[in-house]
Amino acid sequence: MHELPVTESILEIVVKHAKQNQVSRVVSITLEVGELSDLENEWLQHYFDYLSKDTPAAGAELKIQRAPIVLKCRQCGHEFQIRKDELGLSDCPQCGTAGDVSLVSGRQYHIKEMEAL
Amino acid sequence: MEEIKLIEIKENILSDNDEAARQLRQKLADEKTFVINLMSSPGAGKTSLLLQTIERLKNELRIGVIEADIDSVVDAEKIRQSGAAAVQLRTGGFCHLDAAMVKTGLDGIGSKDFDLIFIENVGNLVCPAEFDTGAMKNAMILSVPEGDDKPLKYPLMFTVSDVLLINKTDMMALSDFDTAALRQRVHKLHPEMEILEVSAKTGAGMDQWVDWIRRALENFS
Ligand SMILES: Nc1nc2c(ncn2[C@@H]2O[C@H](COP(=O)(O)OP(=O)(O)O)[C@@H](O)[C@H]2O)c(=O)[nH]1
Ligand SMILES: [Mg+2]
Ligand SMILES: [Zn+2]
Ligand SMILES: [Zn+2]
Repeated sequence: MHELPVTESILEIVVKHAKQNQVSRVVSITLEVGELSDLENEWLQHYFDYLSKDTPAAGAELKIQRAPIVLKCRQCGHEFQIRKDELGLSDCPQCGTAGDVSLVSGRQYHIKEMEAL
Repeated sequence: MEEIKLIEIKENILSDNDEAARQLRQKLADEKTFVINLMSSPGAGKTSLLLQTIERLKNELRIGVIEADIDSVVDAEKIRQSGAAAVQLRTGGFCHLDAAMVKTGLDGIGSKDFDLIFIENVGNLVCPAEFDTGAMKNAMILSVPEGDDKPLKYPLMFTVSDVLLINKTDMMALSDFDTAALRQRVHKLHPEMEILEVSAKTGAGMDQWVDWIRRALENFS
């Protein structure tokens, strides 16, 4: 949904790190994106190519890793992973409690690292 | 030959916004201004609900509205006629509001002069859920024609909201909307969610909603 604003933020952070490290060209950027966010990889790359044209990050490849949704059962404390389409449908695999969970992770947009020349 | 260097970045996009939202919430608390972020699909009834709400509370509270719904110059105008202050945010086709945009709106309206400010967020159920606006409470509207299966499609929105308003209940008879099934789905995602059934058209259920706001305000001050 919001590939454009997210891409702007990514570019801003990447350009900042490129300056700090005095590199001339960024080759790739590794992102970790939570399964809960509705980002389309293709659109991210597409917007990135467009926005990064006149920056050291022009032409860089976005490597997108998907991070799983992790829930925690509030009855027994068990943490477990589920798929997005199972949200709200699955009971705690350890104690069987239905629907008493909190979200541990799955919404992040984490910029992990980049390769640069 | 130039060599490829691996540079660690370890930055989070959402955490910048989370931090800005946290600071905004603190500032609002200092000003004693309570802010409710209202989210829904386009046309679910945000503006209609606000008009009904302002009508019921305008004699006891100083109310302001930050309008971010697309094409909502009309909405801001309607709100002003109802007796509350309103500012229109130019979201430029953005799909959500972030804390920085909300801060612009709050500065524009002069938040310290209000007891209660509503944010009418951009109409969609996806990304407004991901961006903390700095509001004290998130309210979401689901209207009957949208169907009772929405929690399965937009789980995050149902997870981050404090109260769910089922709007257009006057249309219930015409649809196969299953309120009991909806409640069950919502509570599986978010056990503490308050669920209120309203109609911004007939005014049904509005007293419970206004009571919910009064209680939230009491706990705040
Ligand atoms: N039948 C019915 N229509 C409603 C209700 N609330 C809003 N509407 C109508 O739904 C349409 C969209 O409402 P609006 O408040 O502009 O939605 P927004 O886009 O979320 O701000 C308008 O035509 C309203 O008159 C309701 O409770 N019942
Ligand atoms: Mg509206
Ligand atoms: Zn968005
Ligand atoms: Zn358990």
